[in-house]
Formats: sequence, C-alpha cells, structure tokens
Amino acid sequence: MKNEKLISDDGIRFDGRKIEELRPIKFSLGMLKNADGSAFVEWGKNKILVGVMGPREAHPKHLALADRCRIEVLYRMATFSVGERKSPAPARREHELSKVIKEALEPAIFVEMYPRTTIDIYVEVLQADGSTRCAGISAAALALADAGIPMRDLVSSIAIGKVEGQLVVDVKDEEDKQGDSDMPLAIMPSKNAVTLLQMDGLLTHEEFIRSLEMAKKGCMEVYQRQKEALQEHFQKSANNDEET
Amino acid sequence: MKDNYVPSVKKRQIMELAESGKRIDGRSLMDYRPLDIKPGFIEKAEGSAAVHLGGTYVVAGVKIQPEKPFSDTPDKGVMTVNSEFVSMASPEFEPGPPDIKSIELARVVDRGLRESETIDTKKMCIYKGKLVWTVFIDIFVLDHCGNLIDAAALAALTALFNARMPELEFKDVKQDVTNTLIEDMTPQDGWKEKVHSVTEERTVFPDRKKSPLPLRAIPVNVTMAKIGDKFFVDPSKDEEEVMDCRLSVTFTEDGNICAMQKGEPGTLTPEEVLRAVDIAKIKSQELRNRLPIPEDILKSIEKAKAKKKEKD
Repeated sequence: MKNEKLISDDGIRFDGRKIEELRPIKFSLGMLKNADGSAFVEWGKNKILVGVMGPREAHPKHLALADRCRIEVLYRMATFSVGERKSPAPARREHELSKVIKEALEPAIFVEMYPRTTIDIYVEVLQADGSTRCAGISAAALALADAGIPMRDLVSSIAIGKVEGQLVVDVKDEEDKQGDSDMPLAIMPSKNAVTLLQMDGLLTHEEFIRSLEMAKKGCMEVYQRQKEALQEHFQKSANNDEET
Repeated sequence: MKDNYVPSVKKRQIMELAESGKRIDGRSLMDYRPLDIKPGFIEKAEGSAAVHLGGTYVVAGVKIQPEKPFSDTPDKGVMTVNSEFVSMASPEFEPGPPDIKSIELARVVDRGLRESETIDTKKMCIYKGKLVWTVFIDIFVLDHCGNLIDAAALAALTALFNARMPELEFKDVKQDVTNTLIEDMTPQDGWKEKVHSVTEERTVFPDRKKSPLPLRAIPVNVTMAKIGDKFFVDPSKDEEEVMDCRLSVTFTEDGNICAMQKGEPGTLTPEEVLRAVDIAKIKSQELRNRLPIPEDILKSIEKAKAKKKEKD
C-alpha cells in the first residue's frame, strides 16, 4: 500500500471517489432503549453509535453549574474497531477527542435552559476508517435532537485532507495516515458558525483558504443527510402514533 | 432504599401474573424474547456479531494476533474474553474501570467457551514456546434490557464462528516476541527470512489466511431468574431488578454441562437447581438451532468429534 498512489493521474482516489466526493453516509436515529437519544452512522466503513443521557442530575454534585447544564462527552474506540487490537484502556487521543467534540457540540445546545444538570454524550466507535470525530460529531447532533434537547442548529462536520499535493474532501483512514495534512471542521450550517477546527500537517495560506471553502461545502452535504435522517425518523414516529 | 416501593409493587405484580404462567411483557415463563443475530457486523475485526435479544443490544468482536504463549502452555494458543458496559447502555453504568458485573459477565462467557474447549488451542501454535495465536473476544454491551449473559455468549460464539484467520505478517509480531525469536538465531541466518520459514514450518494452517478457527463445540448458555418459586427464562430488566437470584447453565451440543453460575444473594434448593438444569437443556438446544453456523464450521466440528470418538 505504502508505495501505491492514493490519487490517480485523472484525479480518482484509491477508493474510487473524486477529489470532492464524500463517502456514502447513512444516519439512523433512536435505536437504543436506555439512552434518551441515540444515533448510528455508517460513514464509509466507519460505524459509530452515539447515545445521549440527560439532561439529568449532575454527578458529582459539586460539578453542577448554577447557570447552565454541563455537557460531558466520552469518545471511545472499541478494541476491534481498528486493524491491530486497541488496548481497552482509554488513550490520550480519546481524551482529547472527547474534549474537542464536547466543545464542537456545546455551542449548538441551549445549555442555559437546564441549569444544575448534565447531558452525557457517549460516542462509541465500533469501526474506524478515518474522520471518526467528524462522523461522531454529526451523529451526536442527531442523537441530541432525538433526545428532544433544544438546539440552535445541527452540527455538521467533515475533514479536508491534503494527499499527494491535492486537497481532498472526507479523509479516509489511508489518506490520513499517508497524507500530508488533515483538517477536521465542524459548523452550525444555518448560523455559519465554526465549532471545531483542528489541523495537522502543512498547508500554504492559499491551500488553507481553499480547504475552508471545501469544508463548508462538504458540511452542507452532511447537513443535508442529517436533515433527511431527522425527517425520516420523525415521520416514522408520527405515522406510528397515528396507527396507535 | 430510595426505590424500595416500586420494586416491591412490581415484584408482586410479576409473581401474581406468573401464577397463571404469564409475564408482564406477554411472554410465557419459558419464552425467550425475539432474537436477532447479525454475523460479520464489523469488517475490520477477524470475526464479529451484533445480537439483539429483545431490547438488549450486544456487539462482540474477535481479534486474532500472534503473541507470546503462557509459559505453562508453550504449545497452545490463548483465548481471552473481555467485556465493557458502555455508559449509554444503562443509566446505572458509569464511565471508568470495568464494573464488577462486567467482569463476571466476561468470566461466565469465558468459562462456557473454555471448558467446552470450543477453540482447539493446540492448533493455534505458531512456534512452540515463542509465538501462538491469541484470540481476543471483546464484548460491548450497548443497550441493557436484561439477560446480558445470554446475549453476550451468543454474540461471542457467533463472532468465533464467522472469524477468519489473519495472515501472519512479520510486522504484526510484537517487538518483544520477535526479539525472543531472533535470540535463537545467529545473525548470519538472515533473521527475517528465518522467522518466516520457521513460522511457515510450524504453523498448522497450510493456507491459514481466511481459514476458519479450529472450533469443535457449540456451547449455549441459558439464564433463568428465580422469583418466588418460579423460574423465568431470559429475564427482562424488570424481572432482574426484583429477582431473588439467577442461574446460568451452559450446555454443549452433546448434552454436557460445561459452565454454571449462580448470581445474586437469593437461594435455590437442590431440587430447584435440577429443575433449572432441565429447562436449560431444552432451551439451549432451541437457541442452538437458531444460530447462524457456517457450513465449513459445522463440518469441522463434526470432524473434530469423530476424531475424539476414535481416540476414546
């Protein structure tokens, strides 16, 4: 794999996608019984389950905030989600991702409506194939909506990579590992507000400007899929209500 | 103390219904909830399965990797079972080190597979004393609506059934293991080539890539909750909350018992134990018939059996 080219001369990526093409994305909602809200996303080979619990009593109590609810995110990868078995103990990477995912979602939530409570968001990566934080954030936004938590907007996310000198949308595992840079971004599309931005690698100023444009466009596409999934889910619930 | 009233009311209701052989979710005392098993749910794992048992949702993944053997079994592969109660699975689960209940769950599943010798570990040796295949079975509980043990055991077994051996690549071998391999060789041997030839020579799978695991049993666990003087097969979360105790019995396809576990503080009379075992024997066969077992696995299990009979 190492020496094979990731992008062919006519601009086709090794998995058959065009430069700006996203992988197939399928969101579904409300599959968990215990969680207050849940969403599952199959994003290429990524399989990520998100559960939301709350708003509920903050625990331990001294962590409760007087003026708003506390958002807690736990991003975990299953031991079998990657090529070599991952140790079950949480890694530093998982702690950092938990933090940035929380900060990506919190601006969308009306936290001031639930003072002294906690909303727990559990992001469980069952299979990882690159851009798991983006897929996790996008699914988490839907799980929050499924839990009925008031939000300013959904949060949509995508990663822009630089592979063999070219900017590509929606970075897959191999492109991340062998590519030159990776830039995950999350926005609230209707607010035009960036809630997550990370970058590693090397981009020129011009490349960065282009990446940002491409990311915004990619996020809009994710946003579209999210809205479709929401509509489908609530249409189904409405139909079920009518029947009963 | 806080929730004492609700469980006692619920318990009375459950016991009253049971008098006429009914349960609060409409089942009879002997019924399992709807069971759905999806093998091969995670492509990146060597084997996997997602199991829905009523509302309970469990995913098991199998990873197979070359590791150093235990010193007392230098020529045997290793199997380990781990389980994790994911926090979204229940409001009672909290993030952190494994819950004591999750450790019990993993150990009960482990015993069922280990004591029935489901995996022929002797066939998992790559190089005696140096390198053997280790089978990691990881169970993730994603939604807890009761009877995690049976759901987890079914998921683990199905994941083993659809597991395919990975290719042994030198880069996959952990550094400390390769070091011990290299220690035995003189530098001019050309260590890399040597290790490859040694592993080729010792390995039991001629074309092991994509070949199934050497399996030879189909252990199935049945858990019953005892409430009052009645047994409830496949207890729901409500029933588990009010049960006096539970009994899990694992049967092999030959009708042998290979693992048992009594849980919770209540008691059973010896007669009750016998009654529960009778129930488990019937129900385990019913479950076994519904397992998606690939043709080649069934054949290899039958072959292993015939061989064993010859020996006896």
